[in-house]
Amino acid sequence: MAARSQEMPEGQGGPETAPGDPPGPILYYNELVLDHFTRPRNAGELPPAETDGFGLVGDPSCGDQLKLWISVRDGRITRIGFKSFGCPGAIATSSMLTELARGKTVEEARRITDDDVIEALGGIPERKRHCSLLGVRGLHAALADWEARRAADGATRDR
Amino acid sequence: MIYLDHNATTPLDSRVFEAMLPYLRETWGNPSSPYRFGQEARAAVERARARMAECLGCRPTEVVFTGGGTEADNLALRGVVRALRDRGRHVVTSAIEHPAVLRTCAALEADGCRVTCAPVRADGVVDLAAVERALGPDTVLLSVMHANNETGVLQPVAELAELAHARGIPFHVDAVQTAGKLPLRPATLGADLLALSAHKFYGPKGVGALFVRSGTPLHPLLTGGEHERGLRAGTENVAGIVGLAEALALAQAEAEAEAVRVGALRDRLERAILAAVPGARVHGAGAPRVPNTTNLALPGVDGESVIVGLDLHGICVSTGSACSTGDPAPSHVLTAMGVSPREAQSSVRFSLGRDTRPEDIDTVVRALAEVVARLRAVSSL
Repeated sequence: MAARSQEMPEGQGGPETAPGDPPGPILYYNELVLDHFTRPRNAGELPPAETDGFGLVGDPSCGDQLKLWISVRDGRITRIGFKSFGCPGAIATSSMLTELARGKTVEEARRITDDDVIEALGGIPERKRHCSLLGVRGLHAALADWEARRAADGATRDR
Repeated sequence: MIYLDHNATTPLDSRVFEAMLPYLRETWGNPSSPYRFGQEARAAVERARARMAECLGCRPTEVVFTGGGTEADNLALRGVVRALRDRGRHVVTSAIEHPAVLRTCAALEADGCRVTCAPVRADGVVDLAAVERALGPDTVLLSVMHANNETGVLQPVAELAELAHARGIPFHVDAVQTAGKLPLRPATLGADLLALSAHKFYGPKGVGALFVRSGTPLHPLLTGGEHERGLRAGTENVAGIVGLAEALALAQAEAEAEAVRVGALRDRLERAILAAVPGARVHGAGAPRVPNTTNLALPGVDGESVIVGLDLHGICVSTGSACSTGDPAPSHVLTAMGVSPREAQSSVRFSLGRDTRPEDIDTVVRALAEVVARLRAVSSL
């Protein structure tokens, strides 16, 4: 075919959709999303000794899964790691979520929304918006686990 | 670019393009017009019909040109059900049909028909005994595809035809994935109706055909003029029809040699992927398949992530599981074969074609191994 052996043009991320675009036929991801997909930030798990909170969530609508680990020092997320089984949207939004959460106080991290993640990525295809919820839900699960562990530690200390 | 998605579509053969050009540029008359300029276009349509008939081993009057494979399937299903509505309201098909058939069956169901979807075995072959049990006195149509688009698994159409014909039931074959790849004689297959689509065999998009065996009861979908013997109203897509016939004739002439060539490449691709990707598994490996298709589970990674990862290497492949097309449900074909939803989500289809070269296989396997390793490193499974 005419196009064979032709290199993919540099930075050809395909058309972008912005948040608020009507659901349309555009299936492709922008360059920043593809960058987080191919080079996910904070990928990998934290060692147990450094894990203060852990979340495991699944997306029942498509079978995606996310595991998320956090270290919390003085009420601040100092380290964060994730592993994800899912589409590029799930991996990229999880990666961006960890970037947004890292260094934030627990209270600030709790306020991160799926829209924040999508905006930070410069938009994702409409049909992939649900993916961004996976990261936010994973973070909330890890924070809840951190709180539960803290409460358990406090109870032990009080005894 | 390395294109391994020929079951989705194929490039237009330049010989086909050349054959079509005169009917776009010069001979653009309406085939229904009585003057010579119109009748030149009519002659081209009828020459194309005769060529199709020669390819299919049928009569020219048994070829109905349509706007593609989906329309041909719709015409077969809706047309027979409507023509036989006084005889019964029951349709039998398989669980692994293309949406052109399955969604049409769902629409017929909403209109008061009863539809039975026969299951398939683990190897992707339709369960003949289940089809036989499903066929009843009120069954008006059996519709089963020749080869599955996702797995390439060939269906026992001749046996299915016998089951249908023993009960006087018309048999429709969706041959969209075999036309141009395998010899296609409706008489040999036992098909009363047979759908095909030009762009799957290096012809133009937007044109297809339905073979309708003489005497098969059929109502039109589209009413209007008396085109296609009243079975498909609308001014003929002359250039498209010329392209369809040219493409089928060329593809059939080259099919045998091409099947051997591309089959060897497909087998080589499968062996290399199984060696390079631990845990990989070929769907329908034990069944007869069209020679250009392989569908593999790559456990631990999401199919769409593999597709996008390969796309960034300039490689086009596909998934039957359709998170990539907006539908988050796992492939109905693979789940019907008993594949778990998660394994279905981890599956990718490679469909080779005329432009596939041996060196492409090595490039694709290298890229795939890299993409899968990277995804597995971040996989939570």
